[in-house]
Amino acid sequence: MQLDFAAREVALKIVYYGPALSGKTTNLVALHRMAGAETRGRLLTLETQDDRTLFFDLLPLRVRAARGDVSLRLKLFTVPGQPIHGATRKLVLQGVDGVTMIADSRIGETQANAASFLDLRQNLRDNGLELSRVPLVIQFNKRDLPDIRSDAELAELAARGQEPVYAAIAKDDVGVLETFLATLYVTWGALDRAHGLSARLGLDGETLMASAAEQLGATEPLETLLARRVGGNLLGPVSRS
Amino acid sequence: MRPVPSPPLSARSLDQPRLEHLAQGVQLDELAASATTLAGVAVRILPPPSGEIGPAGVVSSRPRGRFETAFVEVAGHPVARVVVGPFRFAGDADDAVEGPLPELAPDAVKRIAGATRSLVETALTAAYRAVATSTVHAAAMQQSHQDASSKDAALAETLARLSELERLKANFLATISHELRTPLTSIIGYTEMLAEGIGGPLTEEQREFVETVRVKSVQLLELILRLLDLSRLESGAVALAFADVPLAALVDEVVTATAAMALKKSVRLTVEPIAAELAALGDRERLRQVMRHLLENGVKFCEQGGEVRIAARVTHQAPPDGLGAALLFPVTDVVEVRVADDGAGVPPAERRRIFDPFFQIDQSSTRRHGGVGVGLAIVKRLVEAQGGTVRVEANEPRGSVFIVSLPFAKRAGPSVAPPR
Repeated sequence: MQLDFAAREVALKIVYYGPALSGKTTNLVALHRMAGAETRGRLLTLETQDDRTLFFDLLPLRVRAARGDVSLRLKLFTVPGQPIHGATRKLVLQGVDGVTMIADSRIGETQANAASFLDLRQNLRDNGLELSRVPLVIQFNKRDLPDIRSDAELAELAARGQEPVYAAIAKDDVGVLETFLATLYVTWGALDRAHGLSARLGLDGETLMASAAEQLGATEPLETLLARRVGGNLLGPVSRS
Repeated sequence: MRPVPSPPLSARSLDQPRLEHLAQGVQLDELAASATTLAGVAVRILPPPSGEIGPAGVVSSRPRGRFETAFVEVAGHPVARVVVGPFRFAGDADDAVEGPLPELAPDAVKRIAGATRSLVETALTAAYRAVATSTVHAAAMQQSHQDASSKDAALAETLARLSELERLKANFLATISHELRTPLTSIIGYTEMLAEGIGGPLTEEQREFVETVRVKSVQLLELILRLLDLSRLESGAVALAFADVPLAALVDEVVTATAAMALKKSVRLTVEPIAAELAALGDRERLRQVMRHLLENGVKFCEQGGEVRIAARVTHQAPPDGLGAALLFPVTDVVEVRVADDGAGVPPAERRRIFDPFFQIDQSSTRRHGGVGVGLAIVKRLVEAQGGTVRVEANEPRGSVFIVSLPFAKRAGPSVAPPR
């Protein structure tokens, strides 16, 4: 997190993590599309021949609070999911404030999802961060494909953990905003508890979140979007650890 | 061990990062193609021209259109040149260019060049840092190899000494087992002959004495075999044949084998229904041995008229810190076999040590229940050799429950995914 009191600007770094071809870039492209022209910055996507993100995406997203005197600058990154790009994933995680884990719902990808999660844990550790202290949201993407876990199975799995879990079809924008807002919510909550951001900047976190949702084209209230999770809670890492 | 050559990478190569070095880590052609897609106009990424480098952002006119050039610097060194174009500005005379070219406003050209430059800088900086990290790692690895080499001779010597000890120990065990078992086999054989009256008729009292000799001899033989088992397990000399082991049949078999012992003490053996398709991945014979030890242990520590309950099910091993359960649970399915008794129980402080060889909670229990404390040590080693775990917890309302977790072999229900 970077906090610029002079400019009254908070910069947060959120990393979309997950196995190869799970839809991390698709999530970011969808968010970029949803954001208004005044809100979004440049989306840098590196498409290669086999349709995988070679490096990482930066999606600076500026959100003004209702009173217009604090800006939340969000830097969204994705990482290359292929196992050989481990060093890049480690670099991208430097200084991360929150992580969105994009998992593939297909049963055949179960092992890849778990391996990517363990890789995340290790790469955070290599950066001096403990997963238990990093805000984390899980998205099960590709809900439209065959051979996926059923909704009931997903709910059962989600109920076992604390992290909020959302279902998504990122290519159709389904669940993308919910996942992102939940990440923002738990990330802001954790930083607010650690650094007293709301008090020091004189703003209401809920209002800021609602403003972010609105600028991303949300047509429903923030609470409704956040409540669409299939399991877990939004208490963040303090209560988890 | 031969000395390990130094890694080819050195910190010196990082003083002057050059495009060709960085390009090994970054596919510049793909970057350029990506930038072209984003910009909607041709973008090329080239090494900096040799000789003097002019100021960034020079717009030059060429006969076939206009170009925008920007230089990319990493750590103060020029490493690449970004060329945007050809294009033409609105108002350029048609005859200034040949063929159709994108028409761009001057500020659009600046924006495209700026965006492309950021893209390349970001990619190159990350590659540069990756190279720097690798250098540090390479230096650390070189140091580690040197340390390892210096310790190599000492380790080789220790290994040779340990191998010799291991050989002596194996010889000793083979000899002692033969020397102990041979006379015992004779003792058991002759007592059985006496009991059958082959040596002449026995009085009731004599028959009782002979039976006691026979029972104690069999116990002694079992103890010797267990000690041998423990030794083999500790030296890793036990070969396992892994297969899917259906648990319902295995439990039935072991319950039948233990029934006589339980009956003698009026202990009830209760098996909770086990799904027919439930199977563990392990060595059948060794799993049978584990179950037999646990059941006998349960019966032994039950009071007269007590009960030993056996249950098996698929469950999930929770991640150690409880994080990422939604992602990790499906690949951590295990088969759990629980053997619960209503005996005196194991105090919490002793629950870890109870699996140590020759450990008894108190010495009086050896006298009361028999045994020397190797059964559970064998159970632990056998279970761990099959990739499982064993632990003991308090049973409600009294007694202990031994819980063996083993790798899951078959799909038992819709909530369980097969590992890939």
